[in-house]
Amino acid sequence: MVHLIITRKGQVPSKPDEVLTQQQQQLITADLTSIIVQLISTAGTLLPSVKTIGQFGQFTPKPAAVSPEQQQQQQSNNSMDVEHNYSTTEEHEEHEDGETEHLPPGSYEILQLEKEEILAPHTHFCTICGKGFKRDANLRMHMRGHGDEYKTPAALAKPPTVKEVGSAAEPVIIKRYSCPFSGCKRNKDHKKFQPLKTILCVKNHYKCNTKKFSVMADLKTHEKHCGRDKWLCSCGTTFSRKDKLFGHIALFQGHTPAIPPDETKTVVALAPTDAAAAANKLADGSGLATMDFNSGAQALMDFKSVDDPAGAAAVASCFSPLNFDSCNFVGGFPEFNRQGFDDSEASFSFLLSGGSCNYSSQKTGGES
Amino acid sequence: MKRHRNATAPGTDTATQNTSAAAAYNLFDLLSDEIVFAILDFLAASNPLDTKSFSLVCRSFYLVESRHRRVLRPLRHDHLPRILSRYPNVARLDLSLCPRITDASLALVSRTSSADSLRSIDLSRSRFFSYSGLLSLVLNCRNLVEIDLSNATQLRDAAASAVAEAKNLEKLWLGRCKLITDMGVGCIAVGCKKLKLISFKWCLGVTDLGVELIAVKCKELRSLDLSYLPVTNECLPAILKLQYLEDLVLEGCFGIDDDGLAALQHGCKSLKMLDMSSCQNITHVGLSSLISGAGRLQQLTLAYGSSVTLALANSLKMLPSLQSIKLDGCFVTSSGLKAIGSLCISLKELSLSKCVGVTDDGLSSLVIKQRDLKKLDITCCRKITDVSIAHITSTCTNLASLRMESCTLVPREAFVLVGQRCHLLEELDLTDNEIDDEGLKSISRCAKLSSLKLGICLNISDDGLSHIGAYCSKLTELDLYRSAGITDPGILAIASGCPDIEMINMSYCQDITDSSLISLSKCSKLKTFESRGCPLITSLGLAAIAVGCRQLNKLDIKKCHNISDAGMLPLSHFSQNLRQITLSYTSVTDVGLLSLASISCLQSITVLHLKGLTASGLAAALLACGGLIKVKLHASFKPLLPQLLFEHLEARGCVFEWRDKEFQAELDPQCWKLQLEDVAQ
Repeated sequence: MVHLIITRKGQVPSKPDEVLTQQQQQLITADLTSIIVQLISTAGTLLPSVKTIGQFGQFTPKPAAVSPEQQQQQQSNNSMDVEHNYSTTEEHEEHEDGETEHLPPGSYEILQLEKEEILAPHTHFCTICGKGFKRDANLRMHMRGHGDEYKTPAALAKPPTVKEVGSAAEPVIIKRYSCPFSGCKRNKDHKKFQPLKTILCVKNHYKCNTKKFSVMADLKTHEKHCGRDKWLCSCGTTFSRKDKLFGHIALFQGHTPAIPPDETKTVVALAPTDAAAAANKLADGSGLATMDFNSGAQALMDFKSVDDPAGAAAVASCFSPLNFDSCNFVGGFPEFNRQGFDDSEASFSFLLSGGSCNYSSQKTGGES
Repeated sequence: MKRHRNATAPGTDTATQNTSAAAAYNLFDLLSDEIVFAILDFLAASNPLDTKSFSLVCRSFYLVESRHRRVLRPLRHDHLPRILSRYPNVARLDLSLCPRITDASLALVSRTSSADSLRSIDLSRSRFFSYSGLLSLVLNCRNLVEIDLSNATQLRDAAASAVAEAKNLEKLWLGRCKLITDMGVGCIAVGCKKLKLISFKWCLGVTDLGVELIAVKCKELRSLDLSYLPVTNECLPAILKLQYLEDLVLEGCFGIDDDGLAALQHGCKSLKMLDMSSCQNITHVGLSSLISGAGRLQQLTLAYGSSVTLALANSLKMLPSLQSIKLDGCFVTSSGLKAIGSLCISLKELSLSKCVGVTDDGLSSLVIKQRDLKKLDITCCRKITDVSIAHITSTCTNLASLRMESCTLVPREAFVLVGQRCHLLEELDLTDNEIDDEGLKSISRCAKLSSLKLGICLNISDDGLSHIGAYCSKLTELDLYRSAGITDPGILAIASGCPDIEMINMSYCQDITDSSLISLSKCSKLKTFESRGCPLITSLGLAAIAVGCRQLNKLDIKKCHNISDAGMLPLSHFSQNLRQITLSYTSVTDVGLLSLASISCLQSITVLHLKGLTASGLAAALLACGGLIKVKLHASFKPLLPQLLFEHLEARGCVFEWRDKEFQAELDPQCWKLQLEDVAQ
């Protein structure tokens, strides 16, 4: 393998501006990726021969289309140690496959910010504790509190990057973020917890959940990485794109789009209460109309008491976007709604028993 | 309805008297229900009010009628509980006259005994209901096959998902449901597998995805209306795969273009009706690929589309079943019309209204072979002359409907030809033409004539009209708007010769007096009476109409200055079927307006520039008329009445329209026409 690298090394720099066809480039890239992976796996055995790895570290980034900055950085750090090399490769991989990050639990530190902190219009965030600031100068003042190394004039002048900190001090502890919204997949207490990578992710993710995102167009693309899929099917499958959902529904019998719960609530009570209020306030000449409104309102309440628990149950179970993982199968299919209709008490209590449903059931309770 | 209830009491009284006197013997008891129902079918067909009278005869008749009735069209939502319990076999519930239908109302419908028999419900004019009401309706009325939700602009996807629970649904109208998106449509597509008709007109939230899913899931679809949807070419392949699709409306689909249509493998074979009006991006290229192989196509509408040229006409060949072509508002060329005339020879209906470029040459060569033509519309073809009329009348002798408003170059002699050759005419629109008494005399030979429009015909007089009155006994509709030559003798001839007349408009015929109204009071079927700007009419004439024409439904007496409260009192007493009244510029005051409250059907009033009307009188009248849906008022009243009053009335389902036009004096008819021509030029 080393021989192979050396031959390649001889080839590539000798004709750097030669016209390499795309295929060739791709071939080389693929070769090298596999080599990197192999190298990492055998890193332990190769540790004694530091020289070979030093050469390798110098060489790798060139064909593998890494940003020029990184190249520079790596070239300048000729005497890079093994551990650093390891961490850069890992970062590189992370960037490639987006959200499917599989860090073993405990290998990173979890930070959870307060809601107020997340929603504040900050643009500068502390890399250590995640606190946000409106102005960079204030962030730098804050950094002083994290230790003496931040008190130097150099550190105050320019915020240090994670890598520099890592290289300067002990091995970096990877930081991941947790959403303060309990029941959320991104919350550290969730059984399938998937941490958020950056503070910006936290900010945008949290906005997704508090439904403030609709005005921010750029959040739509971000949603994919936030774990908030917008398009739901009755079977519980979620899709990041509407056309994917419709393709899915066209393909399977009995699957149907799931309507978000907020739509069913807003309209329901409005008109009758208005009318009733108007009728109460106004002593009008035609007794007929007044009577009608009262009876109308009452009838509606009756109606609600008959139908709503089931409706609310269906809504709570089926449409809550936050907990479909744990309980979507309960009310996802319309057939299940019907069962709830007959025995609304039972279905409701069942819902309440589900631990992660607390939020949504509270919400519907307040509504009716 | 209110009167109805009052009248029940004496009815049952007489019934009990009869049973005691006539030894409890009723001939009707010998008849089976089927026979009585058959009799009632005939009664209902001749006049719906007769069944009402029938039900008032005695208790058993009342019960028979209750079991017989299948269609209900209540005037007020507050009658719903009573009538639903009275009529257990109702199949169609038309709520289009009830603007206020709440979830409670729908829950009530779903709880009654008629829930099982209910097959069709019309909510197109109703507001105030939502998701939960619809859900209870469709869950309890399992046999529903038709739901009209047009204009339900408040409904969202959740409501659509409720509709999706109606598993047997076959027809669904969603026109103007602007908040419904693909998600809701997706629910409907999955839930209502038996759909045969669906209309998405103006559902701006529905895109290709929703339409495609409907086409994929609802294989039974016969009729699909996609008017003004933001759909593109992408949804077309799925639609054209529908095996049974007969009617396709693509009106105003700007996203569909020639490129998309050209890419289609095949057209839709089963298609019978295609409407591609206002499709700006489709020319003959796209059209021909869409209708290629559509051998069963009968009706084609291309109104306000690309210009009708030779190329477009050529795309219409190989359509042996084509019966109707509508090209309204298109730019047409003579060669195009000529080619259509030679390619399509079995046309029954042809519409060229408002087409630019229709000449004698083009039109003549188009109609030259159309012996079967039944309906022809050449409204506003301003270039045609007697040459065209001569060709039309000589070939199309089977014409039943001819509409030729504002064909201004057609001379008066040409209309004589129409009467001489087209004896089968039933509908004739000659508004704003040069026709004179000779023409009318000739047209009076059309014994089947039922609708005649002679508005703005300044050359006609009572002589001509009396011929119509003498021979056209089937006339039901007569429009004499601004035909100033008409006076009392003309109307008298119509009133005595046309007993079936249902609608008459003599607005701005300034010489009409009360004697016309008195003679018209003999026409007991009169439903619509319009006499705007007839200053000689007084309350006396109106009283005669009120007493004689009990079915009067729409009344317009705007600018009849001499009509006062004295006219309103008989009206409020006798015209219990009145729905709509326009009283602007009359001398009616608070008293007259308030008296109208006794007409329980009254739904729409227009009261502008009534000098004698005060704010408090208006408020009292508005509150007292419980069934009002639409009120047109002068803006000056707005600050004079409490906001709460308007809120209350709006909650009842009433809509207010505010006008702030100045008081306008009237021009004389000749002067009016001159002004009109100035504007036209």
